[in-house]
Amino acid sequence: MPGPMQEPQSKAALCVRNLRKAYKDVVAVNGVDLEVLSGECFGLLGPNGAGKTTTIEICEGLTEADSGEVEVLGLRWSSDAPALRQKLGIQLQDTQLAEKLTVLETLRLFRSFFHQGPGAEEAIRMVQLDEKRDARVGALSGGQKQRLALACALVGDPDLLFLDEPTTGLDPQARRQLWYLIEEFKAAGRTILLTTHYMDEAERLCGRVAIMDHGKIIAQGTPRELIASIGVEHVVEFSAGSSSLDLAGIGGMAGVRDVRGENGNVLLQVTELHRAVPALLNELGRQGVPLTELRTHSATLEDVFVHLTGRHLRDE
Amino acid sequence: MSEASKSRRSFTDHALVQLTLMRMREFIREPEALFWSMIFPLALAAGLGIAFRNRPPEVLKIAAVTPRLAEALRQEKLLDVMQLPPQLAEQFVRTGKVALAAEPAADGSPNGSIVYRYDDTNPEGRQAKMLADQAIQRASGRQDPVTGSDQIMREPGSRYIDFLIPGLIGMGIMGNSMWGPGFAIVDARRKKLLKRIVATPMPKHYYLLSFLLWRMILLPVDVGVPLVFGAWVFGVPLRGSLMTLAGVSLLATLAFTAGGVLLASRVRTIEAGSGLMNLTMVPMWILSGVFFSSQRFPDLVQPVIKALPLTAAIDALRANMLQGAGLAQMAPQAGVLGVWLVVCFGLALRLFRWR
Ligand SMILES: Nc1ncnc2c1ncn2[C@@H]1O[C@H](COP(=O)(O)OP(=O)(O)OP(=O)(O)O)[C@@H](O)[C@H]1O
Ligand SMILES: [Mg+2]
Repeated sequence: MPGPMQEPQSKAALCVRNLRKAYKDVVAVNGVDLEVLSGECFGLLGPNGAGKTTTIEICEGLTEADSGEVEVLGLRWSSDAPALRQKLGIQLQDTQLAEKLTVLETLRLFRSFFHQGPGAEEAIRMVQLDEKRDARVGALSGGQKQRLALACALVGDPDLLFLDEPTTGLDPQARRQLWYLIEEFKAAGRTILLTTHYMDEAERLCGRVAIMDHGKIIAQGTPRELIASIGVEHVVEFSAGSSSLDLAGIGGMAGVRDVRGENGNVLLQVTELHRAVPALLNELGRQGVPLTELRTHSATLEDVFVHLTGRHLRDE
Repeated sequence: MSEASKSRRSFTDHALVQLTLMRMREFIREPEALFWSMIFPLALAAGLGIAFRNRPPEVLKIAAVTPRLAEALRQEKLLDVMQLPPQLAEQFVRTGKVALAAEPAADGSPNGSIVYRYDDTNPEGRQAKMLADQAIQRASGRQDPVTGSDQIMREPGSRYIDFLIPGLIGMGIMGNSMWGPGFAIVDARRKKLLKRIVATPMPKHYYLLSFLLWRMILLPVDVGVPLVFGAWVFGVPLRGSLMTLAGVSLLATLAFTAGGVLLASRVRTIEAGSGLMNLTMVPMWILSGVFFSSQRFPDLVQPVIKALPLTAAIDALRANMLQGAGLAQMAPQAGVLGVWLVVCFGLALRLFRWR
């Protein structure tokens, strides 16, 4: 039942308010608010340990929050768990399915837990595993295992799909194949919450993203809005070898918003590329510094993260 | 209510059936599991059965110091006499190579006194002493006032193999019922498969129930294989009713499966799981009378031994197979197993962790 004082349920498929969760001395989730609208693909983007898995598993009813509210499809875990379970499709980060079962047997097993949904055969077709229908799970490649995990999430014909790092650890080709599948679900109007630490994945798949760091959401919006919010359109990266540089001089150039030096590489955030690059070459000539490498790219979510935290999403 | 969405579903689409099928597939696709749970107990039974089969009454080795003594002692068929010099004879007794040494008394008493050297804490020593003394007394002309004659009984039902087979059946039920579910649960938890499964709407008790069901399906094999083997190769009797045997075995399987689930309810690694299993099972192999009667342990610990589930299972199996006991006579053992079943399953449900 919807609460009496609320309007007839908005289109929010998932609503999270002020969520907190600590493990002993680690605060994994520190006051998270989220709203995923029905029919959208929402991305939770953040580096390792940001708290993405903890957040998504609280939403999935697998982890108990210390405080905060979670409403999924208008229902709550405390009172409607069995009904909710029927409506959710869940893929966990690094689950290993039973290796001795075949693809078809695995899907028949998972299908048997749900009242309704596509049959095992149909789910196999949806993730394009037809060739591997009778192969043992243990004999599948990483990408095929991941697609099987996706199929297991789909057999209950879910109203909301949770995907926790669906492409981590896969080679580029397998990643693209999964993206293609996820795009199909999106086109079919499914609601998806996915986590990732690949900014290109979030940019490509998600209508809206929330950037998470140290248990907090530090920015939220469409990829376009987020990129625009840092007021930077381009990023110039160059290497000056071991020569000493006057960063302040570079930072003062026209069209440069920000300068950062890190182990020999210099990163410029730039609003107008056509002005900044000639100015940079002049400045380096003036300082007598040889230029060994120069790259430019349009600003991405990665740059948003760097702008907000001073770190890269993927710290090598 | 969306009645329309509930399509007709076949029996095999039921979650419990699918879970049990998973148990079966994981079992039959693991050749090692098949070996350890089936072939190994048979090999053990065959080995022990042959080792203890038709053994003639034991002959005791003893030493005699003089030819006259040796001559007198050889009249006794159950003694194997070797003649040795005194020092060597004494050394042989001390090192256990012979059970006893007989020599004339050192002081050279007139009427031929004899000294027996042996260890009186060793049953073989005591038996050798009795046999040797009897042989020497007879050789010296003693007449026994009463004559006795032997009637030898070696019928099926009282041999070692008859004792052993019910023990092995009990041990097999325990091992298979505890290892099977225990290993599967710890492995699934380690691989986060348990967590994935509770993320579905599957009723949680189905998962645990599927282990009980699968063990029940395997029960005819667990019990039948050693039973048929014993009956066929060694003629081990089955005097009680088959139904009673099935009932006792079923109860034992359920109790041990619940025990296995309980032990695995929180363990995260295979190593810790194995340790816990061994810690539970090895003492029962020793105490519960698989290979030798548990009556040999002191009276003080008998109540504890009787309360062990393996003791209850084996005692009931032996009473059924060897004495033809009915269910009524096995009520105490059935009670012990029932209590273990309820306690273990109840605790397992309470303590079980899905992640
Ligand atoms: N069961 C746990 N016990 C203790 N600490 C935990 C536990 N689970 C997570 N943490 C800690 O909580 C923080 C957030 O972890 P979480 O798994 O949510 O991050 P994540 O964003 O999913 O990272 P990744 O990209 O590596 O999957 C981390 O610092 C982690 O060490
Ligand atoms: Mg994670």
